[in-house]
Amino acid sequence: MSNRALPQVLALHLGVLGLVFLAQFILPPYHHTNVARILVLAVYALGYNVLLGYTGLMSLGHAMFFAAGMYGAGLPVYYFEFGALAALGTGILCGVVVAALFGLVALRTSGVSFLIVSLMFAQAFYLASLYFNEVTLGDQGLILSGKLAPLALGGASIGFHEPALKYNGALLVFAVCLLGTLALRLSPIGRVLIAIRENEERTRLLGYDSFRYKLLSLVVSGALAAAAGATYALLFSYVGSTFASILYSIYPLLWSLLGGIGTILGPLVGTAFMFYLVDVASGWTSAYLLVVGVALVVLILWFPRGILGTVRAKWLPWLP
Amino acid sequence: MSFGPHLFLALLEGTVTAFVLALTALGLSLVFGVMRIVNVAHGEFFMLGAVLAWVCASLVGSPLGGFLFALIAAPLAVGAIALAADRLVLRRVDYHPESTIVATIGLLYILQQAVLTLYGPDARPVPAPVSFTLQFPWFGYSGYKLVVAAISAALLAATWWLLANTRLGLYMRAAQQDLEMAQAFGVPARRVYAIVFALGAMLAAAAGVLVVPIQQAHYLMGLDPLLLSFIVVILGGLGSVRGTLVAAFVVGISDGVVSVFFSPTLAKIIATLLVAAVLVFRPGGLFGEERA
Repeated sequence: MSNRALPQVLALHLGVLGLVFLAQFILPPYHHTNVARILVLAVYALGYNVLLGYTGLMSLGHAMFFAAGMYGAGLPVYYFEFGALAALGTGILCGVVVAALFGLVALRTSGVSFLIVSLMFAQAFYLASLYFNEVTLGDQGLILSGKLAPLALGGASIGFHEPALKYNGALLVFAVCLLGTLALRLSPIGRVLIAIRENEERTRLLGYDSFRYKLLSLVVSGALAAAAGATYALLFSYVGSTFASILYSIYPLLWSLLGGIGTILGPLVGTAFMFYLVDVASGWTSAYLLVVGVALVVLILWFPRGILGTVRAKWLPWLP
Repeated sequence: MSFGPHLFLALLEGTVTAFVLALTALGLSLVFGVMRIVNVAHGEFFMLGAVLAWVCASLVGSPLGGFLFALIAAPLAVGAIALAADRLVLRRVDYHPESTIVATIGLLYILQQAVLTLYGPDARPVPAPVSFTLQFPWFGYSGYKLVVAAISAALLAATWWLLANTRLGLYMRAAQQDLEMAQAFGVPARRVYAIVFALGAMLAAAAGVLVVPIQQAHYLMGLDPLLLSFIVVILGGLGSVRGTLVAAFVVGISDGVVSVFFSPTLAKIIATLLVAAVLVFRPGGLFGEERA
C-alpha cells in the first residue's frame, strides 16, 4: 500500500465505525446485544491477527491472554470492588505481563514448535484456573453484576445492565483497538513486522533484531486479547474458566482466517460472519461445533485468503 | 496400606498407562516424523476407537468376542476414516504444516460432533473381556490391565518390526530422512504418506479399544491422550521412534506415581510447563538425536 491511499484507508475505517455507531438506533434488541458481543470478540480477533496476519506467528494459546484479561479485570471487581476503568486497566496489565513472560520463553521456538508450546502453556493456564477454584470458582465462574458500580459519566451514572452502555462501551474499545492496529500497521514498526512475516532471515540480515519485534508484536497481541477479555467480563458480567479452554484459542484463529488474515477489518468481518453462522445453525441443529469444524476445513481448502483477503486480491489492492 | 505397597501399586498403574500411551504417541510420532505434520485430530482417532469398541461390544453378545472383534474392526474403520481425511483434505493442502494444523483442528470438531450426535453425550462402560484378579499380598490387581500391557507390547513390537524389516518400513524411513532423495529412488511418497497417516490413526484407535474397559467411552475423551502424546513426542525428540517409546515410559510411570500421591490437575500443570521448557531449551528433546 502506498501513502497516497491513506485518505481512502482512513475514510473506509472511520466510515465502518460510523456505520456501526448508527446501527444501534435501528437494530432490534436481540441483534443490538449480538453486535455488542461481536465487537468485543472482534477485538480479540484483532489482537490475534496482529500476531498471525502481520508477524506470521500462529498461536494456539491466545485463550490464556483473553482469560488473563478476564480474570485480571473480574477478580478485582469481585473481591475488591474495583471500578470499571481500573478493572479494565488491571485486566490489560495482566495480559501484557502474561504475554511478555510467555514470549520471552516461547519465542525461542518458531513454526510448529511455537504452536505446540503455546497450546501447552494455554492448557496449563486453563488447568490452573480450575485448580485455584476457591478463588476463580472454576467452570461455574463468577457473576459480576451487583459487584460492579455504575459508570459515572458527566454527572449521570449508568448501570452496566443498560444495553446502550454495553453497545457503546464495546464500540469504544473496538474503535480504539482498530485505529491503534491500523496505526501500528502503517508505522515503520508495522513494516518491519511484515518483513519478518515474509522473510525473517533477510530482515535479520538488514540489521533488525527480529526477536524484539516479535516480542513486541506478541505483547501488543496479548494486550488486545486481554482488553477484549476484560471488556467482556465487565460488559457481560461473567468470568469463567470456559474462556480459557482450547476452543477459545481456536475461535480467533477461525475468525481471522474467515475475515482474511493480514487485513485490518478482516477480524471484524470474520467474527460477525461466524457469529451469525453459528447463530443461524443453532436454529436447526445443536451441533454448532460441526459448523466450526467444517468452516475450518472449507476455509483452508478453498478459501485460504478469507473474505477481505480475496476482496483485496481482486478489487482493492490498497486495503491494509 | 503402607508406603511400599502404595508405591508398587502406583508403579503398576503407571506401567499400564505407559504402554497405552506409547501406542498412542507412536502413531503421532510416526506421522510427525515421516510427514512432518502435527495431527491435532489424533486424540479423536483414539476416542473413535473407544466408541467403536462400545459399538462392537453391544453388537456381539460375549465380552471376549466383542473385544476381539473390536480390536480388529475398530482400527480398520478408523484407518479408513484417516485415509479419507488424507485423500480429501491433507493431500489438497499439500501437507503444508500450518494449513494441516488448521485442517486437523477442523477434523477434530467434525469427528467430535459426529460422535456426540450419533452416540450421545453419555460415558458408557464396556465389560472387560477377561475378569481374573492377580492377588498380591496387599491388594488384588485387575488381570485385564496386564492383558492391556501385553497386547500393547505386541502391537509396539509389530510396528517396530514393520519399520525395521519390511519394504514399507524402508520407504517410511527413507521419506523421513530425505523426501526428495527417496522420491528420486522411486519411493511412492503419496502412497507412503497415506499409509503412514492411516497407520498412526490405527495405533491410536487400538489404544482406544484397549483402554475402554478401564475407562468409559465418551466423546470428549480424546483431549487428554492428545496432550499426553504431545508431551511424549516432544520429550522423546520430534520424530524419533526410540525416543518416543522411552519418553512414554518416563511420562506414563511418573504420571501414575504423581497422580497417586498428588492432585492430578497439579501434576498435569507441572508436566505441561516442564515439557514446554524442554521444547524451548532442548528443541531436539531429552532423548532424541539432534535433527537438522
